[in-house]
Amino acid sequence: MSKHSAGAAVTRDEWTARADRDTTGADGGHLLEVRDLFVEFHTRDGVAKVINGVSYHLDAGETLAVLGESGSGKSVTAQAIMGILDMPPAVIPNGQILYRGTDLLTLPEDERRKVRGKQIAMIFQDALSALNPVFPVGWQIGETLRLRDGLSRADARRRAIELMELVKIPAARERVRDYPHQFSGGMRQRVMIAMALAQDPSVLIADEPTTALDVTVQAQIMDLLGELRRELNMAMILITHDLGVVADVADRIAVMYAGRIVEHADVHALYEAPAHPYTKGLLESIPRLDLKGQQLTTIKGLPPNLMRIPSGCPFHPRCPFARQECVDVVPTVHQLGNDRTSACHFAEEVLDGRI
Amino acid sequence: MAASDRTTSTPAAGTATKQRGETVLQVENVVKHFPITQGIVFKRQIGAVKAVDGVSFDLKRGETLGIVGESGCGKSTLAKLLMRLETPTSGKALLEGRDMFSLSGSALRRMRRNVQMVMQDPYTSLNPRMTVGDIIGEPFDIHPDAAPRGTRRQRVQELLELVGLNPEHINRYPHQFSGGQRQRIGIARALALKPEIIVCDEPVSALDVSIQAQVINLLEGLQDELGLSYIFIAHDLSVVRHIADRVAVMYLGKIVEIGTEEEIYERPTHPYTQALLSAVPVPDPKARAHREIIRLDGDVPSPANPPSGCRFRTRCWKAQDICATEEPKLELRAADPHPSACHFAEQKTHVVA
Repeated sequence: MSKHSAGAAVTRDEWTARADRDTTGADGGHLLEVRDLFVEFHTRDGVAKVINGVSYHLDAGETLAVLGESGSGKSVTAQAIMGILDMPPAVIPNGQILYRGTDLLTLPEDERRKVRGKQIAMIFQDALSALNPVFPVGWQIGETLRLRDGLSRADARRRAIELMELVKIPAARERVRDYPHQFSGGMRQRVMIAMALAQDPSVLIADEPTTALDVTVQAQIMDLLGELRRELNMAMILITHDLGVVADVADRIAVMYAGRIVEHADVHALYEAPAHPYTKGLLESIPRLDLKGQQLTTIKGLPPNLMRIPSGCPFHPRCPFARQECVDVVPTVHQLGNDRTSACHFAEEVLDGRI
Repeated sequence: MAASDRTTSTPAAGTATKQRGETVLQVENVVKHFPITQGIVFKRQIGAVKAVDGVSFDLKRGETLGIVGESGCGKSTLAKLLMRLETPTSGKALLEGRDMFSLSGSALRRMRRNVQMVMQDPYTSLNPRMTVGDIIGEPFDIHPDAAPRGTRRQRVQELLELVGLNPEHINRYPHQFSGGQRQRIGIARALALKPEIIVCDEPVSALDVSIQAQVINLLEGLQDELGLSYIFIAHDLSVVRHIADRVAVMYLGKIVEIGTEEEIYERPTHPYTQALLSAVPVPDPKARAHREIIRLDGDVPSPANPPSGCRFRTRCWKAQDICATEEPKLELRAADPHPSACHFAEQKTHVVA
């Protein structure tokens, strides 16, 4: 990983000392904080500005939902936090990712590895392609235990069985030697959760964990994640496009559009009265019972091409309330009280329902 | 425009007058078993995956029948059977009084014109090396009498306009379009031969929320304009509720409950339907407190070896001895006047979706 900002390098001992402390941040700040992050992809066709100044924070034990459509940059932010972006083509020209007060982006790679998995772990959308088909699941769950913690094969397997029991895989002892294809979709997702939990992380990033699953299995997995989060006192970042799942589990929501956070609010406040026209449009485009037989409200047009993000507010070509100001000026983040923000020139009016 | 020339030039249309409400498709006891074989040189059949196991329903003109169920319940196999992409093991499907499963040769080709399909994934269902004009015009190669040579380009442009795309984009390639636009191309292709029935297999699942609504509106508008009948397969229950007139719930190759949208969503009597509806996440955080989710344990059993009696009994909280021995029929139950395949069919309140 290249160094892009001139932060003071943290020595190994300092880092370990900080990580061991179970308070939130070294300076009393947040457990995890993303500050003004920018990510670009340099491709043959030009520069795609995928993340354009994202900031959010996460405290111990809470669930932050990052909501957005494909291409909004929600997964790229998570990959930047994990340090698993392919660089190049990705470039991080600016920004900080503070974990317990330490900027992960300035850490040398071997220090960064100590955070990945051990402090911040991630589960992916498609369990079948995230698991290795040629190794038994128990072997994969125990892999980090053997390599990082130096456990023997037998101990690692024993711990893998415990982890499989933790994620409620029935008959864990018999199934520890089974291969991924022998499990159903829901069970594979559980295996991946067990893998993520092997190092007992403080932050779990779940990237669309239930998108590929059926509703009844989705309910099981979301329950399990909620339970584990409470039991292990983890903080969770839930990345999703499903407004239903968010309403069920999240404490706070950050809505992303074209690489920016357009609205950030408490889950109840956001569903009650959205403060950004994009959020409003999303909520209105869900099929609702009282609109049966009528046209669904749509957001006109398409998400922007990230190589050519519109001037001013990136949402203005699709926004029903857009005015000249929106075309000319990039909206600043409006503070609306109670940790609530909206990046719209007319945030107050949208919130009050005046426009 | 398209509606008027439809009635004049549909060659496959039997009678001139077509009214809404008449039955266009009657599916009777369709079965599809995929054999499981063993051995390489001497193949022996050692079992069968019972993907679709006795499904019957009617489809009326201008109606949308939603089919919902979890993955592996056989809903996509059913769609392929209705397209004759798979040959059924047994059963009948009457399209305008003729069994479409017994047709072959030119009669089959004419029949195919009446049933078209919109696929799930617009990224893989369009050939990347063909222009949009070639993709939408390809059905005319197979059915040359549907559009005389000279008029073909014009027909394709009409179709593009009908689905809300710019007719000037006829020479573009699929990769130049977004997901929602590609799905519109898929819909235009399905409309090319002026079918009566369109089988939509998860047509909006791959799309973003804001685009989903646009495509649903398009499908509904086309139905009103052209009098199409839809078989709408989806796993998103709120989308199905919005678009469907009637809904069939499938579990392990069988329909467990069928009724109008209101009967299924407001007064479901089959425990599986109730569990399915209760698991749908509600986009309202206030619902957290009073929402009661019925937790189903485990996964759907293998369709190669379905449970005896009622197939849902292994996951059902109401299961009794009779459920293992006697298979419940899909028939009218006392609880509510719509067919439900449960010995203990009863209404349950507080099921929201």
